[in-house]
Amino acid sequence: MKARVYVSYKDTVLDPQGKTVRNALRSLGYDDVVDVRQGKYFQIELKDMSREQAEKILREMADKILSNPVIEKFEIEI
Amino acid sequence: MKFGIVVFPGSNCDRDTYSAVERHGGSAVYLWHKNTDLQNSDCIILPGGFAYGDYLRTGAIARFSPIMNSVVRFAGAGGNVLGICNGFQVLLEAGLLPGAMLVNKSLKFLGQDVFIKTERNDTPFTSKFEIGDILRVPVAHFEGNYYAPEDVLDELERDGRVIFRYCTKGGDINDDGNPNGAMRNIAGICNKNRNVLGMMPHPERASDNVINKTDGSRIWLSLLKSLKGAA
Amino acid sequence: MMKEESVVTMQTALEQGLTEKEFETACEILGRTPNFTELGVFALMWSEHCSYKSSRLHLKKFPTTGERVLQGPGENAGVIDIGHGLAAVFKVESHNHPSFIEPYQGAATGVGGILRDVFTMGARPAASMDSLRFGEASHPKTANLVKGVVAGIGGYGNCFGCPTVGGEVFFHPSYNGNILVNAFNLGICRKDKIFLAKASGVGNKVIYVGSRTGRDGIHGAGLLASKSFGEGSEEMRPTVQVGDPFQEKKLLEACLEAMEAGLVVGIQDMGAAGLSSSSLEMAGRAGTGIVMHLDRIPTREEGMTPYELMLSESQERMLIVAEAEKVEAIRKVFEKWDLNAVEVGEVTADGRLKLYMNGRLVGDMPAAPLSDKAPVYDRPRQRPDYLDDLVELDLSAIPLPKDYNETLSALLGSPNLCSKHWVWNQYDSTIGSDTVFEPGHDAALMQVKGTPVGIAISSDCNSRYCYHNPRLGGAIAVAESARNVACCGAKPVAFTNCLNFGNPEKPEIMWQFSEAIDGMVEAAKILDTPVVSGNVSFYNESGDVSIYPTPTVVMIGLIEDIGKAVPMFFQKPGDRIILLGETLEELGATEYLSFIHKTEKGTPPMLDIKKEKALQILLQKLSDKELIESAHDISDGGLAVALCEALFNEDLNLGAGINLKSDIRLDALLFGETQSRVIISANPQKMSKILSLSEENGVSAFEIGEVTDRPSLSIKINGLKVIAADLKLLHNKWEKAFLHIVREF
Repeated sequence: MKARVYVSYKDTVLDPQGKTVRNALRSLGYDDVVDVRQGKYFQIELKDMSREQAEKILREMADKILSNPVIEKFEIEI
Repeated sequence: MKFGIVVFPGSNCDRDTYSAVERHGGSAVYLWHKNTDLQNSDCIILPGGFAYGDYLRTGAIARFSPIMNSVVRFAGAGGNVLGICNGFQVLLEAGLLPGAMLVNKSLKFLGQDVFIKTERNDTPFTSKFEIGDILRVPVAHFEGNYYAPEDVLDELERDGRVIFRYCTKGGDINDDGNPNGAMRNIAGICNKNRNVLGMMPHPERASDNVINKTDGSRIWLSLLKSLKGAA
Repeated sequence: MMKEESVVTMQTALEQGLTEKEFETACEILGRTPNFTELGVFALMWSEHCSYKSSRLHLKKFPTTGERVLQGPGENAGVIDIGHGLAAVFKVESHNHPSFIEPYQGAATGVGGILRDVFTMGARPAASMDSLRFGEASHPKTANLVKGVVAGIGGYGNCFGCPTVGGEVFFHPSYNGNILVNAFNLGICRKDKIFLAKASGVGNKVIYVGSRTGRDGIHGAGLLASKSFGEGSEEMRPTVQVGDPFQEKKLLEACLEAMEAGLVVGIQDMGAAGLSSSSLEMAGRAGTGIVMHLDRIPTREEGMTPYELMLSESQERMLIVAEAEKVEAIRKVFEKWDLNAVEVGEVTADGRLKLYMNGRLVGDMPAAPLSDKAPVYDRPRQRPDYLDDLVELDLSAIPLPKDYNETLSALLGSPNLCSKHWVWNQYDSTIGSDTVFEPGHDAALMQVKGTPVGIAISSDCNSRYCYHNPRLGGAIAVAESARNVACCGAKPVAFTNCLNFGNPEKPEIMWQFSEAIDGMVEAAKILDTPVVSGNVSFYNESGDVSIYPTPTVVMIGLIEDIGKAVPMFFQKPGDRIILLGETLEELGATEYLSFIHKTEKGTPPMLDIKKEKALQILLQKLSDKELIESAHDISDGGLAVALCEALFNEDLNLGAGINLKSDIRLDALLFGETQSRVIISANPQKMSKILSLSEENGVSAFEIGEVTDRPSLSIKINGLKVIAADLKLLHNKWEKAFLHIVREF
């Protein structure tokens, strides 16, 4: 089964890369862009299992290694 | 005095650290990351480099290496651990020190000499320093922008655990003297027990008068003095 | 795409990049028509980039031997004896076309390639340099190319862990459609532990180590680097390889460990032309053959054909030849570092490269003839017609500056003369803890731990001089790089070069090439600096526009006692300033003429190589006898710019008061680029010794002024004050100019 984990900086952490992308988009004429946050995206293929089991494992992986809880938050999509 | 220098795949400052330690009278051994034996080292050093290519996050994968279990235990028992640059990043990921590193404010790699001011000399790493000593040391990093939540920063300050701060040549701690945006100009911190130190600048690259840089020597001399005293 | 089993015809051969004649020769060598895989290998090995077919005849003119030369051209890199049982291994190579298409990866893999060329010989890389040339600063592509290339060089070199200690950055419209990225590396090893790329020992095993093979870079050398840019360069993106410096660092450690343990007989990296060149060249050099089982090659893509496996330019791979009993030990070393190490073949006695895929013979070629019978062309040469008009310069038509201060300020803020700190600060130049003189110096200076020796390195080429007079420009490239090395007190010993030119099928370009080499040869012989390695990059043209001829020279020098090395900055107030060498009224082909007067005309400054040699010998003596405090050579921008550069130290706490006498134009005196001149500074008490030593060595020496204790520069000529400058303002302009080029202000 396939899952996606999105990792990005916490809202309280300054994201200069996101800011740079935002400025670049606006300078290209996309005035409607208000803000951009940059993050990481992991595509994970798991052996077949129940949705519950998958969520548990993914949450553990995201918390333990895929993200740094001091500065990052994550979202899981199955 | 034996210094164990951990080598992860991608560590590249291990040899400089080895020669700096030996030049000052210590004896050094390399500790391969897959082993767990610290070989009776009196002090452990996590050197600079790009462990695991800095993939995922800098230091994120290295902290799970077998050797790190031993290092964490060693630190817990009061052993001295010094993390330099990438080594500091590994200590942060391993939770031996609080906070995290973000990308430099300039969004570019930074390779140049900087000035850091010594705030405390009551650690084994700074016992031969005077408070206020300004050191000129090279930095070479892409992620040296130290971050921690405000309450953690306040706690660090309160407990006198900020050991080095970036400053100008004249010793002013301000934006001008901050090369990478690190919060409160923090360049090096220690843990509660004051036996684990992490610093971004490279003292092992400023420990040799042939290259006209010797401000880093004090760290090795401090450690040798402290370890001798402890033995 | 291409069908593996299709019948090979002349048309197929032409599509692969061979000429009709070349195809016929290939058929002769095989005694039959090559199959598709074999054709691919021939085309690749005989491409300009790999075979040097247009340049070999001319390269033979270079002096390549000397008392310190342990290995000249012909191996992965050149090697010189540096004393104390040690050797320096070095080479410079181009990665021009890929860097224009994909600047980050192009530059990164250029760095990766040259690192492998050095460590494949058993030397741990110790110093990198990059000579970069971009189009004009205002060209719409320049900012992104600069950012990408610099990020790529740093991204690879910093992670790998070799310091980048210098180089050049130059902007000129002739590079608008073709940037140049020449990557240099130097490593150190034990003199008796140099590893060569020879497949020696029949019965020995051939082992593939490193990263998996994918489809990257196919046709990188054959079609990308051996042809000019036309339309559709975006489609060429897949032909740029992607580098992984982390893999390469592991590869370095594993290779050095295997070599240290005595497990390696021969070794070569897989660079341009990948597995094809490494197998064929190793066999060719040893006079042996190789049998290879392509199905054993670790791949990261499905269904790769023999053609693709032989042509792939995937990075971070090496081919090792080892005795059968040692194979397992090698595998263990590479396993420790999480790298593939697979026995893929064997050395044979029949001199042929035999390729098998799942037991089926898919290729069978004689190894030696592929190099021996490789085409060699004596392409026609013709002096270009535009030269006569180009070298005409009517000085009376060039007005003198109204305000020399403004002119100096403008020059210091110009793209080619301004500070390159923006570039250097993105490189790690101190890892290794051996760097004594960091980027920005005339030459980089590295200590060799455990010895008193210092290695000085300088990269130079003034391509404008080469365009106006290739022979003179070539000679000056050698002279100037040697001079930069001599300034710190080192003795120039040998060099490596990267010859970047346009389309060799054009007689004017071939003429430039031949002339430049003649000039370089003449200078090299008199200065006693042989060439030990190098690279040729042709087809640097877009449409009809060719780059200026750019023969980049990277000179290596040795100083026996590094403690005596002389810095380039003035050191303290009260020191006297001396100008070594005479100044002639020469403004042709200068930066001043181009930037201030928007004129690119005239003949470059003349070079008297014997005078140059005398100057360099004097500089070594001055350093050895510890008579001087600083030495800085005068080049682009002339004397006034050189004085500022010598004053732009970190603290900006010094100045200079200069008094000159002149019977030539004032702008020629201040901004002219007369050769063989150096500014030195010294304690007043040492002056008479210095002046008499100069006279003994046949070098003119004039005391021109004094170092002062405040940051201002005052220059009087014939009693008239022409420069009265605030150095802090000048420095600010010089420091910030680059930000405008990369649009970061």
